[in-house]
Amino acid sequence: MTDTLKPRDWEAHPPHRHPDYRSTALRGPTKPMIPVPSSLSELTGPVYGHEVVGELDADLTRNGASNGEPLGERIIVAGRVLDEDGRPQRNTLIELWQANAAGRYIDHGDSHDAPIDPNFFGGGRCVTDDEGRYRFITVKPGAYPWGNHTNGWRPNHIHFSLFGPSFTTRLITQMYFPGDPLLDLDPIYLGTPEAARERLVGKFSLDVTEENYALGYAFDIVLRGRNETPMES
Amino acid sequence: MAYKQTPSQTIGPFFAYGLTAEQYGYAFNQIATADLLAGVPDMDGERIKIVGRVLDGNGAAVSDAMIEIWQADGQGRYRHPADDRIANSGFRGFGRVGTGTDDQARFVFDTIKPASVDGVQAPHITICIFARGLLNHLFTRIYFDDEVNANASDPVLAAVPDDRRHTLLARRGEDVSGIHYTFDIALQGENETVFLDI
Ligand SMILES: [Fe+2]
Repeated sequence: MTDTLKPRDWEAHPPHRHPDYRSTALRGPTKPMIPVPSSLSELTGPVYGHEVVGELDADLTRNGASNGEPLGERIIVAGRVLDEDGRPQRNTLIELWQANAAGRYIDHGDSHDAPIDPNFFGGGRCVTDDEGRYRFITVKPGAYPWGNHTNGWRPNHIHFSLFGPSFTTRLITQMYFPGDPLLDLDPIYLGTPEAARERLVGKFSLDVTEENYALGYAFDIVLRGRNETPMES
Repeated sequence: MAYKQTPSQTIGPFFAYGLTAEQYGYAFNQIATADLLAGVPDMDGERIKIVGRVLDGNGAAVSDAMIEIWQADGQGRYRHPADDRIANSGFRGFGRVGTGTDDQARFVFDTIKPASVDGVQAPHITICIFARGLLNHLFTRIYFDDEVNANASDPVLAAVPDDRRHTLLARRGEDVSGIHYTFDIALQGENETVFLDI
């Protein structure tokens, strides 16, 4: 079997340097990347499944609780992880992290003057099922200021980290929320090619919403696929 | 129906409590650490450290990067279903570390030196760099500067221009703590590391 990876789609991913996002100026590489054909090194990768997911890890309203529930708007985020041919990516690990409802990260480096929530940690993980589905319960993260530019605020977002079937399918991305007025002002979101940006915005979904419990957002994630070469007979 | 890739976004500055919580002292566990030998004491292969820094365009060490590595074992086998050879005694081959807890912003992995995967490629480790200011993660390969013959016939190194090939070679050294390979990653500049579109 000589599978090859479909290339990273550079019409979907941002350029390495986007001047409006100032941190890219000294960090984004300037020389072209060198393409390398797929070998076993690219077609393999770390395999993590249920064994690394704790009982409460997919419920961020409970996994950091100390004496009650976190404040904020409880939400459900659910979707499927697929490849470019629509094949479900089964048993793949998703890690996520986010600010609390006030727009404050638990991270020691976050100096935003908004309250920490003693009942919210903001990190979680889960594994996709046989249909590539995942589901998190959390609270809607707040917007927060960042020092990129004058009066700059990040839109509400949740950070996602995924593995997929090989190390080269690795993806770190962010899910945004529909109708957020900060999206049109956000250099990170706007640094993404226009035709691909909307893929980063979760969709409000009544199917995911649970009555008397929480609003639901659907967010499907597409990882790069592979070209399968049939075995020669 | 065509499905299109979800765009990459930066890891940002606040990943530590989510992805490397134990290393940074948060009350959450993490799936992998910088010690690839943890729990697998009887490995074949030479024990080594991979030590390096991520340098920005001013040559300053980046202290909010996350580094991951993926490698074969001491006999060149990957622990993955696509490799039908049985990998060594539980060696997983994956490491993850942030550069924010070392006073010099270094990453230090404890691992074993991998063998050639297929007898054609020189021994190497795939490394992936994430950081605030990186809109896409960056992949490259760590090769070993003492593998002169194997490196000379490696197809990936052969695709790299002569004057940039040195950026992929980790330098072997030895001190009281053992054998280490130094691999600094320059994001920009005259010696910008070669990044691979894999
Ligand atoms: Fe963020």
